[in-house]
Amino acid sequence: MYTISNRLKIFSISLIILGALGWSYSYVTSHKSLEEVKEILSHESSHGDSHEVVSHEMESNNHKNAELSHESAEDKHAEHVMHQIHNRPYAALYVAAFFFMMISLGVLAFYGIQYASQAGWSPVLYRVMEAITYYLLPGALIVLAIAIIGDKHIFIWMDPEVVAHDELIQGKSSWLNKTWFVIRALIFIGGWSLYRYFSRRFSLAQDTDSGNKFFKLNFRISAVFLVFFIYTESMMSWDWVMSVDPHWFSTLFGWYLFASMIVSGITVIALITIYLKSKGLLEYVNDSHLHDLAKFMFGFSVFWTYLWFSQFMLIWYANIPEEVTYYVTRIEHYTIPFFGMIVMNFIFPFLVLINSDYKRIPWFIVMAGIVILIGHYVDVFVMIMPATVVDRWFFGLPEISALALFSGLFILIVFYSLSKAPLLAKGNPYIKESENFHY
Amino acid sequence: MGSSKIVHAIYNDDDVLLSAVKMVKDEKFHIEEIYTPFPVHGLDKAMGLEPTRIAIASFIYGCIGFTVAILMMNYIMIEDWPMDIGGKPSFSYIENMPAFVPIMFELTVFFAAHLMVITFYLRSRMWPFKNAENPDKRTTDDHFLMEIDPSNKLKDLEKILIESGAVEINIVEKESH
Repeated sequence: MYTISNRLKIFSISLIILGALGWSYSYVTSHKSLEEVKEILSHESSHGDSHEVVSHEMESNNHKNAELSHESAEDKHAEHVMHQIHNRPYAALYVAAFFFMMISLGVLAFYGIQYASQAGWSPVLYRVMEAITYYLLPGALIVLAIAIIGDKHIFIWMDPEVVAHDELIQGKSSWLNKTWFVIRALIFIGGWSLYRYFSRRFSLAQDTDSGNKFFKLNFRISAVFLVFFIYTESMMSWDWVMSVDPHWFSTLFGWYLFASMIVSGITVIALITIYLKSKGLLEYVNDSHLHDLAKFMFGFSVFWTYLWFSQFMLIWYANIPEEVTYYVTRIEHYTIPFFGMIVMNFIFPFLVLINSDYKRIPWFIVMAGIVILIGHYVDVFVMIMPATVVDRWFFGLPEISALALFSGLFILIVFYSLSKAPLLAKGNPYIKESENFHY
Repeated sequence: MGSSKIVHAIYNDDDVLLSAVKMVKDEKFHIEEIYTPFPVHGLDKAMGLEPTRIAIASFIYGCIGFTVAILMMNYIMIEDWPMDIGGKPSFSYIENMPAFVPIMFELTVFFAAHLMVITFYLRSRMWPFKNAENPDKRTTDDHFLMEIDPSNKLKDLEKILIESGAVEINIVEKESH
């Protein structure tokens, strides 16, 4: 049995409090009036910065297009910038909330795959996975809440003013409207949480059951869940991420996000396993289990790169204006995070984890894992930020405090769940095979 | 040294073979070679063989393939006959690089895989028209053969081998090569 230590509790609660304070401060200070923004801009231009940027996103970000049509271009620009400054705390909060929700969802899918494939190596890790997926329900509800409260600050298609002047969004309004968005989100979250609830219950019940009844039940619901998941995950990625750029679309976006999700999820399983092992727990987890997790981290990093590149290359090659604008914005204004994430998500884990022996060394896995997690945070950042704040981005107080807030919440909820059940799923029929797993 | 004696112990089960290897090694006899009809998991560790270095060779071959792809595409598409790729006639390698990534990937895999297989065959001293090295044809079917140097303690070795479950023990004169 694991008991959550006071130090960890205080650490995560202070992360939450610091994050909440920092974010509130940045939220309050982001309420700049038009005059203040003009002052900032004149100050900036006196330093020689140029702000000639008017991209698609900004065009549609202009909420009061009609009223302002007689005003000068400078005023319009200041108006754009003001909205971007207002959007930033919402977007920062949304990126961090989505990132931690995504980890939990990725682990749930991985867990479902373990059951559906009747994996023999992994049952010793089931309790760690179950603990991580405990965050899914609160995490996903928070993402939904931020999406609803953030409203037009994150999703410009939620602004009726914008839709009234945008034929493309009007054409999509049968899918992209608030009511249907919320209903869909509740269906996704409901389905995932239902599976999570029952698989956890069956997993605990199997501990004391003499037969394999609950294991078989879990096998069945996992197969059903995986079918449900791959459809809802795809739709979720259109709704919660892709629709921040409502003009742009990519047909493999769901897979691309799934790759991000599962690699971050497996990384977190590995990190928590190594943490618990360092506390002297999970004594039956040997280096062959770590080796397998690291193989998955390596493999799914390559998988992510494959999908990222497939999406990029086709759009780059075809060079169709409505598609390529997505990458133009990102490469122009997000050069460092955009190319930096390829280094962090592909080149670094590829070179560090390619050697078979290194996949068994805990500190190598931790090092690669931290870089992978930062890389996938940046991946989400580069998906959301260009659509909401365009070039007004910085990794500053709102982003750091949002990250602190949700990492604190994630740690608290996951380790609370870990302390609720024995760390070994001892009733699982494959537990003996898993304990003796040897590569 | 001229000719010396060598012992061939034959087994018909891989688990028995594995435990026999441990017994023979515990008694400090030197195992020359083991012939098996299929790869036996853990045999290399039991025999105390050094881990393979073929992975390092494969990584180097992959790097060579990667470099060849870059040089080749640069020569073909940029230098020798500059191509307008995707309506972006920049004629610079780096700006057209995304179009070459599939080729870079393919040649990396091609070089790594083919050269690794060729290296493996050569390192195992297998090439066309070579005569088989295994001393007993049954090792290609369902028997396992362990070749041991008795080092003047033939009687002790025979006793251990019978104990370890060998189904047949042959003592052969072997020309040293």
